[in-house]
Amino acid sequence: MLSFALRRLLLAIPTLLFISLVIFLLLEASPGDPLGDVPLTVPPEVKERMREALGLGQAWYIRYVLWLKQFFWVEPLYWFDRAFGTGFSEGMQRIISFQSRSPVFDVIAQRLPQTLTVVGMSYLIGVLIAIPIGIVSAYKQYSWFDQIGTFVSMVGFSLPTFFTGVVLIIVFGIKLQWFPSIYDTTLRVTDWDSFAQQVRQMVMPVTVLALYNAAQISRFMRASMLDNLRQDYVRTARAKGLSERIVVLKHVLRNSLIPVVTVIALGLPAVFGGAIITEQVFKVNGLGQLLILAINANDIPMVMTLTFIFAVLIVTFTLIADLLYGVLDPRIRYD
Amino acid sequence: MTDRLLIEESAVNAAAPGAEALPPAAPPPEAPARSQWRDIWRQFRSHRGAMVALVMFVAIILFVTVGPLVWTIEPTFVDIRARNQGFSAAHPLGTDQLGRDLLARLMAGGQVSLAVGLTAMAIALSLGSLIGISSGYFRRLDAPLMRLTELFLALPLLPLLLLMVTLFREPLGKAMGPAGGTFLLIVGAIGVTSWMQTARIVRGEVLGLKEREFILAAKSIGTPAPRMILRHVLPNVVSPIVVAATLGIATAIITESALSFLGLGFPPDFPTWGRLLYDAVDQMQMYPWRVVLPGLLISLTVLSVNYIGDGLRDAMDPRIRKR
Repeated sequence: MLSFALRRLLLAIPTLLFISLVIFLLLEASPGDPLGDVPLTVPPEVKERMREALGLGQAWYIRYVLWLKQFFWVEPLYWFDRAFGTGFSEGMQRIISFQSRSPVFDVIAQRLPQTLTVVGMSYLIGVLIAIPIGIVSAYKQYSWFDQIGTFVSMVGFSLPTFFTGVVLIIVFGIKLQWFPSIYDTTLRVTDWDSFAQQVRQMVMPVTVLALYNAAQISRFMRASMLDNLRQDYVRTARAKGLSERIVVLKHVLRNSLIPVVTVIALGLPAVFGGAIITEQVFKVNGLGQLLILAINANDIPMVMTLTFIFAVLIVTFTLIADLLYGVLDPRIRYD
Repeated sequence: MTDRLLIEESAVNAAAPGAEALPPAAPPPEAPARSQWRDIWRQFRSHRGAMVALVMFVAIILFVTVGPLVWTIEPTFVDIRARNQGFSAAHPLGTDQLGRDLLARLMAGGQVSLAVGLTAMAIALSLGSLIGISSGYFRRLDAPLMRLTELFLALPLLPLLLLMVTLFREPLGKAMGPAGGTFLLIVGAIGVTSWMQTARIVRGEVLGLKEREFILAAKSIGTPAPRMILRHVLPNVVSPIVVAATLGIATAIITESALSFLGLGFPPDFPTWGRLLYDAVDQMQMYPWRVVLPGLLISLTVLSVNYIGDGLRDAMDPRIRKR
């Protein structure tokens, strides 16, 4: 198990390096010019100096290695310094955004809470809805509850989030005026009133994402429960006189959750990606919106870093899912 | 006498594989193949949701292909005096802020959206089957190709798609015209980033097939690898590929509309369902129908395609079909 984990961890390093190279080369091959917005009155030699100041003068491989150093060495050192008050990173250049001329990670740190509250909340709610629905659906297969449940999950799985989001805005934001259609990120939660306001503005984006996640997870949950309900050990448990409640909620549920837990772990990074669209719909200024802004502004360091963080999330959660599978299911052997 | 007969017989048999085995071998696969598809169709028909979905999907296809022949208003025809109209006889679904007929635009947009979905799916499927079969069939290719698949699975797809489309839209548009360039770019980008699931499924199927007797038999009479793959392996992995195809269409349509929704799809005067939705969002307070209709069409298409995929998966699973 430990050697498997170590091997996977070691394998993740070349994977991530390769991905960072792919993203970097893609950005490199792009014809966009980060200085495209500079006025034409600026003389060419000044433009050249600006280019050098942005670090664009060197060959691409030098800039790539520099970026790697900044991402994997300077930034951790900086955050270590911030946490413990040491001075290791003094005089080192952090990754700087072309747009705002401030360190990329500071901007990300500002945006992260919004994304985390909305995305995290919606994923949590999605899972909490999906698991009971999956259990009941499978236990009463082909009942009206199951029919409706599978239909709703199919619909939730098929509706794109930009459509459900817009429809929710039209119905609840415009017609009924229950919830604000734009997410106000300047809101500080200080008392009950502002807390209620925060909850109200979170309702719609969270509902959209939760519906989408719940649809996917409940399908897995149902399939996994169905697989397990047909097993011999269930008959044995019933035969020895255990109550139906214990058979289903203890024996079957535990076994069925094994694949579902890994699916939940695997889906988490995809949720961050999917949230790009939902954030755009509700104007939440989270990571997804930051990425789109950066892409439109040719902010290469920002795009590079954000995309790479998404990749790190995917690789990490794949690793976690693999390891969880082994921890939860003793029948899985790693050799 | 009997000896000679035996020898003659065995000589005929020995000659057969090279010269005569092929013509007689051709009809038998034909007959069971047809009844197999009929079996699948019978099982598929018993899936009520899938049948409803199939009818709906055919209706949508007719709407976007035959519709423009019946409803002949140009989708790009600007009639500024008739702008922002509601439902009427002249414009059954109303007009947009430039007075363009929404019904005609929905038909034209559907053509593009469906074309993107089908083409991107075809690219993803060919790539996925090619990689899946080569990695399952040739042991030497297995490890590197599977590494490649895992690498692609670890890529953050939506950010990369956004990146690719933003960065290369203008140069490609200049080279091939705005519409053609964008079409090629979007279709290519979606195809290149969504073949991995197909490849994995096909590889698994091929690995299982390789252990079967008929493959061993075909190999022992010296069938070369290309024919082996085309005649023995490929027909047997068609069913997972077909199921993957339906799901692939659904994802491709959603991805294209998502890109359009983020303003990164086709140029403005080139309607697609996602683009129509995106254009209407600004005025959704006053004209909510303009948002709902294209969104509804996207959702109905994806929903029906997903249901068809579900039905096909059930119908093609021999374990279920026997019941």
